[in-house]
Amino acid sequence: MTRKTARKSSARRAPTGSEEMQWMYTQMVRIREFEEAVKSTFIEHPGVIRGHSHLGDGAEASIVGALSTRRETDLVMPSYRCHGYPIVLGTPLRKMMAEVFGRRDGLCRGFGGSMHLADPSRYFPGTSGIIGQGIAHATGAALTAQIKHRGQIVYCFFGDGASKQGAFFESLNMAAVWNLPIVYVLENNQYQAYTHFSLEDANAVAGDPLSKKAQAFSIPGATVDGTDPVAVKKVVGKAAERARAGKGPSLVETKFYRLSAHGNVITVPPLPTQFPEHEAVAVYGNRKEFELWKSRDPVKRFRARLLKDRALTESSAKRIEAAARAEVEDAVQFALASPLPTPEEALHYVYA
Amino acid sequence: MAKEMIYGDAIALAIIEEMQRDPSVIFYGQNMAMTERDPMLKKFGKERVRIAPISETAEIGIGIGAAMTGLRPIVELWMSEFMLVAFDQVINEAPRFRYMSGGQVSVPVVLKAGYGFCAGWAGQHSNCIYHTMMGIPGLKVVVPSTPADAKGLMAAAIRDDNPVVYLHPYMLTLDKGEVPDGEYVVPLGVADVKRAGTDVTIVAIGWMVKKAMAAAERLAAENISAEVVDPRTLTPLDVTTIINSVKKTGRVVLVDQAPRHSSAAAVIAGEIAEQTSGFLRALRMVTALDTPIPYSEPLENYVVPNEDKIVEAVKSVVAHEAVAA
Repeated sequence: MTRKTARKSSARRAPTGSEEMQWMYTQMVRIREFEEAVKSTFIEHPGVIRGHSHLGDGAEASIVGALSTRRETDLVMPSYRCHGYPIVLGTPLRKMMAEVFGRRDGLCRGFGGSMHLADPSRYFPGTSGIIGQGIAHATGAALTAQIKHRGQIVYCFFGDGASKQGAFFESLNMAAVWNLPIVYVLENNQYQAYTHFSLEDANAVAGDPLSKKAQAFSIPGATVDGTDPVAVKKVVGKAAERARAGKGPSLVETKFYRLSAHGNVITVPPLPTQFPEHEAVAVYGNRKEFELWKSRDPVKRFRARLLKDRALTESSAKRIEAAARAEVEDAVQFALASPLPTPEEALHYVYA
Repeated sequence: MAKEMIYGDAIALAIIEEMQRDPSVIFYGQNMAMTERDPMLKKFGKERVRIAPISETAEIGIGIGAAMTGLRPIVELWMSEFMLVAFDQVINEAPRFRYMSGGQVSVPVVLKAGYGFCAGWAGQHSNCIYHTMMGIPGLKVVVPSTPADAKGLMAAAIRDDNPVVYLHPYMLTLDKGEVPDGEYVVPLGVADVKRAGTDVTIVAIGWMVKKAMAAAERLAAENISAEVVDPRTLTPLDVTTIINSVKKTGRVVLVDQAPRHSSAAAVIAGEIAEQTSGFLRALRMVTALDTPIPYSEPLENYVVPNEDKIVEAVKSVVAHEAVAA
């Protein structure tokens, strides 16, 4: 099902209609399959992915729930952990995987890689790899929306770590002063790179939700279970409606758990680059915590819930999963077959 | 037709004319448009002319994001050093997006700031930091030295589809000069021979152009004919015009308000050294001394280049030629 039909159907039916639930599940599975394929590429095709890749497994419910409230021209501006969003926006997985593989057919012709996917034609202008800085860019996009495109809003996604950057505080203050149409989605995946958020966040130290930061800017703040796409949809939807109505920004903390390590191991060539164990295990020796959150895997939980609610049958779930696997496998094969750029192309795109 | 205008007003005129021409141009910064009486605010309204908090990272970052999505923001930063608290946005965000996206997006933002305020502002408000930005691919750096250039280069900066750092020497703010009426755009990347000469080339930047012109006048009285070349934009740098002048004169003095090793002069000297082999007889750099800028007037004067230092350097390269001959 396309995004368009899902939106039409959600307008016709109750928001918890099974058609939309199936759309949500489909997008969550597509994200998960893509991330699994990136991860396994490090083992199956060593050396194909360079530098640092960051996966969004665990964030599926947050991403899909939030973007289920999006209208056609709304802008989406996440951080460098950026694979999930364009998947929901309809960016071809072939072009995405080719970019992650540094190929000429990549979304950005091999100039950006995993951290810097961009598809402005689908309202995804690009991402910064410097933590928190993209929050300011998203806020600027909201300024454009306010001045030029009435009704358009911006979805800005960033992690718990980014919420300690100056760019976060400065941007939210300015968005509130200028009453900008933006929803700040603070994806609390509980680890700022390698550090647990309880060690570096004042709200967390005090036992408060991170959305309390909204109070500093006198804007609405809410925390929601980020493993439940329906709950995320409800809370982000409210913030989106507020932005659309010209009532300014909101902050939503979606709390979930990053299921992979921060990124692949930082190695110097020719040592192989792979994904290490999650920081909970590798750094803190806390396998119990990791296993607990793994048991709350948002994709598996949502599947079980849809089956229980009869919004999805076992056979249609398997069809969705098989289709996603086939789509991702096709993307991998396409990316592997795509040529590398010719060296001289490096001189392109420096200036407009 | 042209009329006499002060440098600061020439910049403002370019901004006003470009805002009239293109509704996507917006203008914001700290401590501006604070009351309804503000003339820019009256003319363009509070959507397009805004006051910002003291938040350089967000001010510049918002400018970048707005530029990526269809506006042409001019961010008033007042002093170039204030960019330093947001330097990631200036050198590692704005110039990267076009490239990282494989040419899919552009970032037409202008970062406007004064620099080099040598009027007793001491260590943190008197600096020349353009050297750090002129070597960043994707970024353009503009340093106008006359009211006419100030207007024409601002118009070009606003129309350019790349991020442009527009740096105006504070010491020239009240200088008067002829400014052409109506649309006047000075293309980025074209140096200007401010004074023609035959014996020696003086390459000078920003405020130093004025000092070089005064020095050239003094040298003329001593029968030394100096050509003064003003790059006008440090990125793109019009190396050709500089090289052609040096090939003609065989001698060059580079004048830069920045300390020697963080000067644009050092970069230009490298280009000259590589490209004028067989022509170049002597080269000198007249830069600020390797100290922070001190507060007290005699200390400040000692550190910063002046006419006497330029005249002395020119005479030394001319003498060098005589010895070599």
